[in-house]
Amino acid sequence: MLKRVALILAPWFVIVGLWYGLAYSGLINEALIPTPHAVATRFWELLTQARLPLDIWMSTQRVFLGVTLGITLAVPVGFVLGWYKQIRSFIDPLINFFRALPPIALIPLVVVYFGIGEFAKVVILFYASFFAGVIVMYEGIAQISPIYVRVARTLGATDSEIFRKVIIPLTVPHMLTALRVALGVAWATLVASELIAAQQGLGALIQNASSFFQLDIIYVGIICIGFIALAMDLSIRAFTRRLVSWQDRIA
Amino acid sequence: MKHPARISFQNVALEFSGDSGPVKVVDNVSYEIGNGEFVSVIGPSGCGKTTMMNMVAGFLQPTSGHVLIDGKPVKGPGPDRGVIFQEYGVFPWLTVHDNIDFGLTLSANKKSRTERHEICNRYMNLMGLSDFANAYPKMLSGGMRQRLAIARAYAVNPQFLLMDEPFGALDAQTRAHMQDLLLQVLQTEGKTVMLITHSVEEAVYMSSRIVVMTARPTRIREIIEVPFPYPRDPSLHEDPLFGQLRSRVRSMVMREYAAQARQTHEATD
Ligand SMILES: Nc1ncnc2c1ncn2[C@@H]1O[C@H](COP(=O)(O)OP(=O)(O)OP(=O)(O)O)[C@@H](O)[C@H]1O
Ligand SMILES: [Mg+2]
Repeated sequence: MLKRVALILAPWFVIVGLWYGLAYSGLINEALIPTPHAVATRFWELLTQARLPLDIWMSTQRVFLGVTLGITLAVPVGFVLGWYKQIRSFIDPLINFFRALPPIALIPLVVVYFGIGEFAKVVILFYASFFAGVIVMYEGIAQISPIYVRVARTLGATDSEIFRKVIIPLTVPHMLTALRVALGVAWATLVASELIAAQQGLGALIQNASSFFQLDIIYVGIICIGFIALAMDLSIRAFTRRLVSWQDRIA
Repeated sequence: MKHPARISFQNVALEFSGDSGPVKVVDNVSYEIGNGEFVSVIGPSGCGKTTMMNMVAGFLQPTSGHVLIDGKPVKGPGPDRGVIFQEYGVFPWLTVHDNIDFGLTLSANKKSRTERHEICNRYMNLMGLSDFANAYPKMLSGGMRQRLAIARAYAVNPQFLLMDEPFGALDAQTRAHMQDLLLQVLQTEGKTVMLITHSVEEAVYMSSRIVVMTARPTRIREIIEVPFPYPRDPSLHEDPLFGQLRSRVRSMVMREYAAQARQTHEATD
């Protein structure tokens, strides 16, 4: 157990070590690379005396809303596309077209149509998580072997029984994977979404800091995003392991 | 054959639509399977055995002719015909117990809770799966998955068993064991069986009749009566008459394989 913890922590220490090395090497202007402890101090300051808790809360809330809406739509749409091959063949190019558009490019349009409020930011996150989720979902569903449906039919299952007792259980693992991917993409899109006149949020924190050239705050923002995304991913994975322990492999 | 026929093929032909027009796979096949009979179907790989079984199971309709169950055309799959697929198809998301229970929970076979419990336990015992009641299929060996697929089909008490090379993937010992197990179970619960196999030994050991098919498009080469009475036991393998019959069937099957090889040879020339 101790060994495992050590193994998990080792690469993080290596990164911090490299960071120190770089900061003290003199290769880069000191003003351009704050030391890890300076960033840590700033993190503590922001957390206890300033806005960081609110930033984290606002960003998490936006990501949560965007992903919830995105996945709620991606699951049925992805399911239909995965199950009905004929529909997929002509919808697939459309999905890949929209998926390829960088959310940042859509910001002007989103501002025109949805304004600059909370909703506009959630729309960007929704967009990103929907297209990421829908692809994972339909790729997964398309791979489900038809043998299980055939077996169920030979045992006398009706269409609705097949849906409830065969198709749903086979769909759940793909839903969870789609959720994981969508969450990852949503966090990656957060800063873009908070380009829309955000006062609070980790993206807003980073942008404000950049106008004042506060590199340590930028690092605090980036590291927070990374760790929150990591924590969410780990918890979904733990949940997945419990819920679909029947699977051979858990992605 | 005992009359009346339970399963009958009447001038059955089936074509698949291929890239260059229709491909005839089954060509004018007629035969009947009587009540309680155990019929093995044997023939070259790719000749159309699974296709024939799929017509009985209700997954395919003949292009011409009729496939009848108790005199009525097959409309679709149903719980009266248990199917053991070439690729088992045990449900990976259900435990061994719940796989067997699956059919019993369906409205087509509605069973009370106590009945379900009793049936699941009976077949887990019979198939030697009791110790794995709560295991998921990912933890089972190939032979155990096979037994699970058989137990699941048996649980809903079908009148027909359609088996597509059920023992193909098993080692020789497990295979022999599974054959005897199946014969035992059939002894207590009579069923009408159609077994697809590549093994002449298996066909002669288990069946009351053997249907030898030709290469594609498949027709019936010959139907052979197997005279040994049931119950059969492994000593039958040593019987000289068994040996004679096995040789006869084997040479017939070998000729069909050779014919198939010639066909593909000509096709590639
Ligand atoms: N859905 C399909 N569409 C087109 N051709 C098919 C289809 N299913 C099977 N075939 C073709 O029909 C032929 C017979 O297939 P089938 O699966 O019945 O063979 P088989 O006798 O069961 O072979 P094996 O012993 O290898 O299992 C094969 O040549 C196969 O390529
Ligand atoms: Mg086959």
